[in-house]
This record gives sequence, C-alpha cells and structure tokens, in this order.
Amino acid sequence: MSVPTETTDVPAELMARALRIRERILHMGSGPSGTHVGGSLSCVEILTVLYGEVLDVRPDDPEFAARDRFILSKGHASAALYAALTEAGFLPESECDGYAVSGGRLAGHPLRRLPGVEFPTGSLGHGLSLGAGVALAAKRSGLPSRAFVLMGDGELQEGSVWEAAQFAPTAGLGNLVAIVDRNGWQITGRTEDLGLEPLADRWRSFGWTVREVDGHDIQELRRTFAEVPSHQDRPTAVLATTVKGKGVPLFEDKKKSHHVTLTPALLARALGGLRARARRQS
Amino acid sequence: MSTREIYRSTLAELAEKDPRVFCVDSDMGGLETGFGVQFPERYVNVGIAEANLMGVSAGMASMGLRPYANTISSFAACRACEQLKVDIAGNNLPVRVVVTHAGFSAGHYGPTHHALEDIAIARTLPNMTVVVPADAVETEAAVWATAELPGPLFLRLGRAATPLVHDEPIEFVLGKAARLRDGDDLTIVATGPFPVVMALRAHEVLAAEGIGARVLNMHTVKPIDREALIAAATETGAVVTVEDHVSSGGMGGAVCEVLAETVPCPVRRIGVPDGFFDMVGGEEELLVATGVSTDSIVAAARALCHGSGERKGVR
Repeated sequence: MSVPTETTDVPAELMARALRIRERILHMGSGPSGTHVGGSLSCVEILTVLYGEVLDVRPDDPEFAARDRFILSKGHASAALYAALTEAGFLPESECDGYAVSGGRLAGHPLRRLPGVEFPTGSLGHGLSLGAGVALAAKRSGLPSRAFVLMGDGELQEGSVWEAAQFAPTAGLGNLVAIVDRNGWQITGRTEDLGLEPLADRWRSFGWTVREVDGHDIQELRRTFAEVPSHQDRPTAVLATTVKGKGVPLFEDKKKSHHVTLTPALLARALGGLRARARRQS
Repeated sequence: MSTREIYRSTLAELAEKDPRVFCVDSDMGGLETGFGVQFPERYVNVGIAEANLMGVSAGMASMGLRPYANTISSFAACRACEQLKVDIAGNNLPVRVVVTHAGFSAGHYGPTHHALEDIAIARTLPNMTVVVPADAVETEAAVWATAELPGPLFLRLGRAATPLVHDEPIEFVLGKAARLRDGDDLTIVATGPFPVVMALRAHEVLAAEGIGARVLNMHTVKPIDREALIAAATETGAVVTVEDHVSSGGMGGAVCEVLAETVPCPVRRIGVPDGFFDMVGGEEELLVATGVSTDSIVAAARALCHGSGERKGVR
C-alpha cells in the first residue's frame, strides 16, 4: 500500500472512518454485556491509520502468505478491532450488531478464525512474543511481512512483554513494530501508580528504536508508520500518548470508562457528545 | 544413551530433510554447539525466557515453519503453561514442545526441577498430543513418527541415560500402545523410561509366581489407546498403571477415565504421591523412595490377583 510521507491535510475519509469506528464501539457497548469502551476508544486513530493505509492486508484474500500481521495484544479492545475490520472490508457491515451475542463470532476478546484476526488474544502479555515469532519467520523465510503488535500501557506490567522486548533486538527483528496505547489508566487507577516511566528509555535500553507520538493525531501516526520499519535489524516501539475514552466527553480520561454497559439513554448521550466533538473538529 | 541425546541427533537428521524445521532454544546448553552450528539459519535462542519461547514458537509456526521448542518440562508445563495453552494449543499450531528433565530425571537438582505434574497438565490442553518415549530407540522413532503431525506435540524426555527397552529399531505408531509382554491375568500399563523397565521386571517376577502380566508401553498418553485398554480390561480383568508422575491426573488417571466409562475393572495406580520432594537422589532412587518400583507393581499385581476377591464376576 502506498503511504504518503509528507501530507498536510488529514484525508476526510480517515476522519470519517475514525468517527464511524467510535460510533460502532459505542453501539457494541450498548449490548447486555457492555464492552471495554475506554481502551477501545483510545486506540481508534491507531487502528484507523494502520488499516487505512499501512497494513498490507487484503479482505478478499485474508490468508495470503506475504501479508502484514496485526496482533491486538490488548485483546479487550476487541470492539475497536471489529469496527476497524468492518471499515476495512473484512467483516460485513452488520457484523458488529452481533457483538457478544450468544452463538455469534464477536466475543469480548477476539476469537481466531474471524477474518483478519491472526491470533486469539485477551490474556495480556502474549502479543509481542507472537509478533516476534512472526517477524523472525518472515525474515528467515524471505517474506516481506511485518508484525504490528498493539499493547496497552497497563499490559506492560506483564513480565512476558519484557522477555519479548529483550529478545526482538537480539534477533534483529527490524520488521517488528510494538505500539503502546499509552492511555494512562488501568482498572484500579492510573498506570503511573504502578510505575511505567521512563517508558521511552526503557524501550531504548532494550535496543528498540522509539517513536513518541500523539496517538490521536492522524497525520503524526501516518508519518510515523510510513517510516517504520526504520531500521533493518532494530524493532520499533511506537509510544502513542492517548486519552482513555477519547472522543466521548462523558468517558474521556475517566477511570470508570474501562468497561461500560451503555443503557439506551447513555448511548444517546455518548453518541451526541461524540458527534458534537467531531463537528467542532471538522 | 539418554532420550535427550538421541532426540538432538534425530532433530538434526530431520532438519536435513525438512527445511521448515527450526530449533528454538531457551539456553538449554548443547543445542547451540550442535544444531546451532549445523543449521545457524534455523537455530534461535530466546534465552532463559520460557513464556517468550512458546509465543515466539507459535508465531513461527503460524508462518508455516515447524519449530521445535526446547526447555525443561517443569518450565514448559508450569511456568509457560498459559502460552502453551493459548498460543500453541489453542491455535492448534504445529509446535513441537520438546521437554527434558521429566519426572525425577533431574533428581539431584531438587524439586524445582522435578516435573511430576507435566503429563496431567499437557494432556488437558486442547489439541495437544502427548508422547513419552520409554528409551532412546523409541525417542528416535517418535521424532520421525510425529514429524508431520499437523497440530502441537508435547514430547516428554528425560535427562540422563536410562536403560534401553528396545535393542533394535522399532516402528512407533502414534496413539497405539506397544504390547511388550503377553499375559492373561492382569495388565501393567507403563509410561516413562523407568516405569516401563520396572513393568518388565515385574512381569518376570510375576511369571515366576505363575501370574501372567501383559505389559503395555503407553508411550502416547494423548490420544490414549482406548482399544488397547478396553482389550486389557476385557481379556485380563485387572490393570496396574505405573508412571514417573504424580499418581493423580497423569497416565493412570487417563486409564481410569477410559475404563470407568467402558469396561470397569479393578485398577491400581502406581505413581508418585502428593508432595514437594526435598530429597537428593538419582532418578531411579527417587522413584523407588516415593513408591514407584518393581516391588510396588508386583505387590499391586498380587493383591489384584489373589487379594480381596474383588475381581469375582469381572472376568
């Protein structure tokens, strides 16, 4: 896929896509099981840009060997992934109506065999090792495939993340990209209460190239992803500063937005707030 | 020769034939100077990081490779159990998790290195095939016989040399128990190097007493050979199981599950009792000390054949 290296205006299509993804997330949260609203809304621009113009994936041939692999290590943001996969054409428009519906394909954490889903995720701290294995196999097999792994910042408390972080540079995995959705919250409170900083230094000290970006700035994300892999043998960590619940004033930067079941009234308020915000920005 | 040694040389032979074969090491020692020198492009060392070992291997297998992931059994089954379950077994990926130091085979290293629950864990994981060769000869055959397995494999090996059960090459049939001795009075089902050896010794002792003990080497614990077990229960009426594993949940447990639902018959399970064994000793010594011995098998067999009369009406 072609990725612009220098742009000034955000394509209207990407803006519209991000808005539709947020609307879908809120609708999925209005079912009886609710959803992880906050952490889904915080990674919308990341997914919009990845699926919009970075990942070499094909909805009409989801299994082609040389594809890029996207791994949602923070599997609880499944609603964001389903919405992004719908926008990218992997899932039919109506599929998201079946979120968490018994007998359906869309679970609270992604199930394997759903088109576009490479691995089932949900238990945190697994994705980076999987991505490293994919990247290593691609390199040694001469495939152009890259692995993009999206993690939560709270997830970085899992020790297995650092096993993989330590391994990837030694294995020369320039085709591996770790993206951290740095929204600053986990269930019990601020991620800072459990100490993540200095995060960029930590990744650098493990041998990664680090990019620090505004995770809601579509242009910055486009430029960043256009430049990765930036080094043939060194993996890249994109630390994306985000806002939990982004786009819905009701939920923004709020602890309670972690998992929400939206009543019809709450859904109407959330959608209203979302659209008003979007109108002001466009 | 140890099952570990023969596995390593067989893996190199397999790698010659199959370019998909990769050796994924976790600082086991020796693989880097063997496979790593022979096939540097297909050798990967993730270091002392077992969770990463499983995840990386799963990622590699998803790309069409055939990774052989190497670690110590306790670290695979316990420490990295979740990665084993979710990333490898859950995705039904052809990763061969090859574990050493099974049972008490790392006896002198103490209980952190004993793996007495690994069979119980591995056999309850989805899609997982679990193979426990009885000796070096069987290990070599098992590596070849499982090379094309489309799903995951847990290959449970020892550390030091154990006695040879077979003195010439054998055919290894996955999922098919090997009948090593015939007998009509009871069946001894054994899994693991010393248990199989002990079962064969017990056969001799019992034969001298006029008791005919069939001996089955249950090298594939999952999928277990139901036919052989049903035949054993039907034809011999009593079963003794013996394994280098805690007596609950392992091969003996699997045998009871099958027989209870098909041809119920008296069963005695010989295994290691519940415990965390702060003991120093060699593999066979610790097995004997914890109750896994030829004598235990013989005693259980005698009790079943002459004892309480509970077998009345069974045969």
